[in-house]
Amino acid sequence: MTDYLLKRLAQVVPTLVFVSMLIFGLQQLLPGDPAKILAGEEQDPSVIAHLREKLHLDEPLPLRYAFWVGGVLKGDFGESIRTQQPVLELVLQKLPVTIQLGTMAFVIALVIGIPTGIVAAVGRGTWWDNVANAVALWGISTPNFWLGILLILLFSVQLGWLPASGYVSPFEDLKANLASMIMPAFVLGNALAAVLMRHTRSAMLQVLSSDYVRTARAKGLSERSVVLKHALRNALTPVITLGALELGTLLSGAVLTEQVFTIPGFGKLIVDSVFNRDYAVVQGVVLVTATTYILLSLLADLAYFVVNPRLQA
Amino acid sequence: MSAVLATPAASAAIAPASPGRRAWRRLLHRRPAMIALAIVIVFIALALFAPWIAPHDPVATSWGAIRKAPSAAHWFGTDEIGRDVLSRVVFGTRASLLAGVVSVSISLLLGVPIGLVAGFAGGFADALISRLTDAFLACPFLILAIALAAFLGPSLTNAMIAIGVSATPIFVRLTRAQVIHVKVEDYVEAARALGNPPWRIALRHVLPNVTAPLIVQATLAIAAAVIAEASLSFLGLGQQPPEPSWGSMLNTAKNYVDQAPWMAVWPGLAIFALVLAFNLLGDGLRDALDPRQV
Repeated sequence: MTDYLLKRLAQVVPTLVFVSMLIFGLQQLLPGDPAKILAGEEQDPSVIAHLREKLHLDEPLPLRYAFWVGGVLKGDFGESIRTQQPVLELVLQKLPVTIQLGTMAFVIALVIGIPTGIVAAVGRGTWWDNVANAVALWGISTPNFWLGILLILLFSVQLGWLPASGYVSPFEDLKANLASMIMPAFVLGNALAAVLMRHTRSAMLQVLSSDYVRTARAKGLSERSVVLKHALRNALTPVITLGALELGTLLSGAVLTEQVFTIPGFGKLIVDSVFNRDYAVVQGVVLVTATTYILLSLLADLAYFVVNPRLQA
Repeated sequence: MSAVLATPAASAAIAPASPGRRAWRRLLHRRPAMIALAIVIVFIALALFAPWIAPHDPVATSWGAIRKAPSAAHWFGTDEIGRDVLSRVVFGTRASLLAGVVSVSISLLLGVPIGLVAGFAGGFADALISRLTDAFLACPFLILAIALAAFLGPSLTNAMIAIGVSATPIFVRLTRAQVIHVKVEDYVEAARALGNPPWRIALRHVLPNVTAPLIVQATLAIAAAVIAEASLSFLGLGQQPPEPSWGSMLNTAKNYVDQAPWMAVWPGLAIFALVLAFNLLGDGLRDALDPRQV
């Protein structure tokens, strides 16, 4: 276990270093003088001079990277050109909203994806399997911002059941919070549900044809018991791990979902920053997203290792 | 005797079909894939012949026809400044297909050679390329594409570059994995024993044998690129107005969903149909190109 952990951690460190280089490198794509671009439309000479000094633009590139990464390691991701707020503070302000949205979407994806995958595998080649596959294809092929607009049209405009946009904190009014988040969460979870369904179906088909399931059937156990107690338990392990690796897709999807439903989360922060040419915030958001994803992947791998005794042997 | 000595014509008739032809025959037997191929061909025709198919100029405004519901004059209705939605959907096919094909070509042109080097050379080059690929893959696809498009500036060209670069690591990883698998095959060993230089072995013997999964992945990647272009245009980072794009049409449509829902229905349906077609075609190609299916 320790060897595996050390080996996996040893892989994470260079990946994080390369991620930081990649994100730092984004700044080099800006045409012209970064200080002038980062200073915004006002082009205040004092701001330009301040940025030049702060970003060490007169230093060679490797040294600039060293200063930048040194700041990041101390929690200094730079500051927003627009609000003068530290980037980390902005990100941490918006993160809880996206975490709530992502968690709700993940739960919805599990609730839809896993039972549909089981039904498709158990009834392989039947009408149920075809319906489940069609649902999965729908989920994978539907742009979530379009689904969001269609749901607003149905549930907000036509039926008037749910608010079309906006966000209420759960600490202010839990009911209003859930009402404002259920549609975006469904939209975000839709594609992940399709992916989980496909993984579950494939894992269940593999497990259902294994020897121990045949033995369980030969012992006279009911089909329900064979499927739910024997097969599902073993099939779910890789599904959950693969599902955790899809969390990056949720973060990408959150950008669009938050835009459609005007939710003031992490995704809306990056889009607003792009249009305000607030590049430090864009870099900060990408860095936090990538680091979160790397750590989640590490946790997923470790969880898989812990629950799979064959890997420990 | 005549039964043993076959004529050249007869031997040609019994000669085994090429792998490509066999795969095509298997694909022909997959109805969903063939329907998907037909849909893709229809969209390609729409893109190529848009000026002759679209009933109106896609950027011509008409203040007398603002947000008109679908009618005989405007089959898909009109938008917030009186432009014909059908004509914009037809012309929007160009941006989506172009983005799909160009960005996947960028990914292939970058990803395949890098993956080939990593898989074939191994050692330090492989370790370095693999860690770099991991770094790219750690940034969620759309977020990286948004960041790249933001730093490069909003335009369809930059969106295609951003999508292509963001999707490259998948092709690097896939090519590398396939090359590692193929390079230990007997025929590669034989080519090496005959004294072929490494570059020749990589290009002439390894590369042709890793193309099948790359074709499948490229087809599925076009579907992802179409959604990504629509997403970037929806956010204002892709095709710029007034040029039509399905994503930017949806961005405008969301503000008028209660007054003119048709503005949202048709471009979304077009994205869905094209993406579904590429996904089904990719699934069909996977089955047809996988020899284990035989």
